[in-house]
Amino acid sequence: MSENVLKVENVTMQFGGVVAVDNLNLEVNKGEIVALIGPNGAGKTTAFNVITGVYQPTNGAVWFQGEKIVENHPQGKMKAMYKGEHAGEYSQVIAPTPDKVTRLGMARTFQNIRLWKSQTVFENVLIAKHCRTASNVFSATFRLNHKEEAAQRANVEELLETVGLSDVRDELATSLPYGKQRRLEIARALAAEPKLLLLDEPAAGMNPQETDELTAFIGEIRKRFGLTIFLIEHHMNLVMDISERIYVLDFGKLIAQGTPAEIQNNKRVIDAYLGVSEDA
Amino acid sequence: MQRTNQKGARTAFLCAAALLLIVLLIENLSVFLPAASVPKIFQSTSMLFTVLKKGVVYSLVAVSMNLLNGFAGLFSLGQAGFMLLGAYTYAILTIPVASRDTVYYIYNGSAINFSLPEIFGGGPVGLVLGVLLALILAGCVAALVAWLIGLPVLRLKGDYLAIATLGFGEIIRAVLQWDKLGPVTNGANALKSFPTFSSFNVQNDAGQVSLRLSCFVPFLLSGVCIAIIVMLINSTYGRAFKAIRDDEVAAEAMGINLARHKRMAFCISSFFAGFGGGMFAMYANQAQARTFTTAMTYEILLIVVIGGIGSVSGSCIASFLYVAASEWWLRFLDTETVLKSGFKVPLLRNGFRMVVFSVVIMIVVLFFRKGLMGDKELPDLFRRRRKEGAAK
Amino acid sequence: MQYALSILLSGISLGGQYALIAIGYTMVYGILRLINFAHGDVFMAAGLMMVYLTSFLGGLLPAGLVIPAGLLLSVALTVILGFVIERAAYKPLRSAPRMSVMISAIGVSYLLQNLATYVTGGLPQMYPEIPGLSKTVTIAGVSTKWVTIITPFLVVALVIALTQLINHTKIGMAMRAAAKDFETAQLMGVKLNAVISVTFVIGSFLAAVGSALYFTNYQSIVPLSGALPGLRAFVAAVFGGIGSIPGAVVGAFLIGISESIIKGSSWSVFSDAFTFALLIIILVVKPTGLFGEKVTDKV
Repeated sequence: MSENVLKVENVTMQFGGVVAVDNLNLEVNKGEIVALIGPNGAGKTTAFNVITGVYQPTNGAVWFQGEKIVENHPQGKMKAMYKGEHAGEYSQVIAPTPDKVTRLGMARTFQNIRLWKSQTVFENVLIAKHCRTASNVFSATFRLNHKEEAAQRANVEELLETVGLSDVRDELATSLPYGKQRRLEIARALAAEPKLLLLDEPAAGMNPQETDELTAFIGEIRKRFGLTIFLIEHHMNLVMDISERIYVLDFGKLIAQGTPAEIQNNKRVIDAYLGVSEDA
Repeated sequence: MQRTNQKGARTAFLCAAALLLIVLLIENLSVFLPAASVPKIFQSTSMLFTVLKKGVVYSLVAVSMNLLNGFAGLFSLGQAGFMLLGAYTYAILTIPVASRDTVYYIYNGSAINFSLPEIFGGGPVGLVLGVLLALILAGCVAALVAWLIGLPVLRLKGDYLAIATLGFGEIIRAVLQWDKLGPVTNGANALKSFPTFSSFNVQNDAGQVSLRLSCFVPFLLSGVCIAIIVMLINSTYGRAFKAIRDDEVAAEAMGINLARHKRMAFCISSFFAGFGGGMFAMYANQAQARTFTTAMTYEILLIVVIGGIGSVSGSCIASFLYVAASEWWLRFLDTETVLKSGFKVPLLRNGFRMVVFSVVIMIVVLFFRKGLMGDKELPDLFRRRRKEGAAK
Repeated sequence: MQYALSILLSGISLGGQYALIAIGYTMVYGILRLINFAHGDVFMAAGLMMVYLTSFLGGLLPAGLVIPAGLLLSVALTVILGFVIERAAYKPLRSAPRMSVMISAIGVSYLLQNLATYVTGGLPQMYPEIPGLSKTVTIAGVSTKWVTIITPFLVVALVIALTQLINHTKIGMAMRAAAKDFETAQLMGVKLNAVISVTFVIGSFLAAVGSALYFTNYQSIVPLSGALPGLRAFVAAVFGGIGSIPGAVVGAFLIGISESIIKGSSWSVFSDAFTFALLIIILVVKPTGLFGEKVTDKV
């Protein structure tokens, strides 16, 4: 039984009266590639945001590598408005900021690419190393940390070579073609030395060939960096090819989970999302 | 890449050293050469030296503001308040004990009865150590207040942060002018008699100046401070600031703690603003809360905009241009001029200079939004030309 | 008792005048998300214009007509000034980063103040006496000017008229749409340039009226005369909830009364600092103010 890396437990996210994520339970184990799929507005990115600390869940908990990193229960006005289950089961409040979650070993990419516009490809990836710097602002300013900085720079060079962006290292990040920008965002996340990589629609806007390259790329980085990968995606080819397990979300609720074969034949999923092939 | 950076740093250092040497030389022309052969502009009373001194002090303050606004993306309008804290700290710590009763005459003497240069034994050594320590403490006081203010205020976004910091600047000014604090701050009166830039001129026994250092010292002080700021900007923390400026959501997701880094940028910027405030007091020969109004913050902001938000060399160049224009070149706009034919030139009278200024600033803000240098530095300009030259 | 009443009256009068300025701030911020730093100086310019117009017209018109004509003209000119400022200094920067627009607003404020210093030669100008407003009247043993009585009624009437405009006219709906979602309103065909110009016109009109009331009480006008009332009005707008007109009015009356109380006490030297401190406290504790809306950022 491989060890559990991420466990989302009874997470409900309610904005005012709107329930965006309803009692979500899921698990990701070491070395797996797990996908979260569902129609637009199903709550997938919201789930990501709760896991990474951007939002505090209304109720529930998140465990990472066996440690509880997020917990909350309905408070104040929300007590009356809470519509979900498992109320009263969670007593603590643990609300890390996203940077803390990243330092624990989780890194993510964004649905809409968020690269740093004024920085080059190299600098974008180098900045992600900042959270792993041991030096304080004084030693960094007076270059007392030059050994650590040289090591980090070498690491970034290696990373860029692995992802195939070495030739454009000195270009402004936003001058790259779209597909390369997505790869850069992944490289940047890798530079933060994560154990778990969260990819939010990595293939968005890509053509079939680029999607194939990305599929191979994700498989490769999992092997090379020993990663566990959790991804949100709409491109079904990518999802079915690469995932070991799939969770399906619809209107914030989990409606199915299983292997790609099981999901493809699940009637509920077909009705809600996948649809039937025309020549059936 | 590393090697070019090191070469760049060495070139920058040599240029800075050369600049210091030039300043030292031109200031001492009037000391070493016979009076008649020295052109008017290099005489010790010439406007050139006033402009150089004020310009270099403003350079430091502008760069400190650029660090916060341009590199970390935090729109803060509290600079004058921190300069004020620095100026007062410096003055209070360095007024000679003997002069305190005269300066604090309304309050029958000062509550603080020591002065740092005297603690260090007086004389040139005491002067250098005392002034240096006082300036550093000036920066520390400003940084401490910035830390306190930053706790609630740095969470605010954009315009609100600007207005809140502007507010704190005014509150600081009101507090320092408070009568009850008079024995320390001298209330609404000016603090005087502390060591100024001219105190560093070396005098021989006859009382004549044998070596002028009144321009060299501010250049040295500012130069070192600006060099430290540049090193910070090029370090991993400087890059983190730029990441926060460009996209703070992504920065947070990549492990950069926003609150901690914003506070860091705020405190460091305020330290140098305070240091610069102390230097301003040395330039002006007095420190009075009334001088450090919001209008002064606007001046610095406009210098930063003209030079280019995100460009250190731009801020320095723009500071000198601004000070030269306002103190020296454009003075004629304020004087009523009657031409030889008896024709009175219209518009020229008191206050016209500031109107012209304001119009120029609006033109820069509207049409030259990137300012002089945009977000490039001086070495970037040369590097580009060399690349073009090689391509040919 | 008499003392308390005079403080209260002066506070209400000030509050009403601040309300007229505050509405301008809150409307512009609601739509453009811009703090119009120059608004306070437009208020000051309205006062100066009245001074110069009345002395100019004094030689041209019969005595009874000078003040009314001056009022009409100064209001018209102030409206034009507000319109021109928006077109020249804010519209070109609408797609620029927020810092640029704010710097432009600061630049305009700076320019107006320096122009005022230049034109007046640095000497304070005295606002003309408006018959009907500046005559003294006695209430419950406290002597005050008519303007103190008229201000709250006038303000309420203007606010009611404005609320009618916003809730029951097409342009009002356009303004509400633009305040809710600027980009979508544009995509839906709302003529944003017209909406924004109308906003500035209304704001400047109210500021001009406010200046007539304010400077009747505080007759000495200097270039910086707009900065502090403008700031207080801005704090009032934030206090009431930026973007909310009733909030701005309520906030303004509260600020006017508290300023009056402080000025009458021994802490009067901290009156300005108090305004700033209040602003900071509001921003930190409840940034949406009394009636404002909370907005969540989508990641």
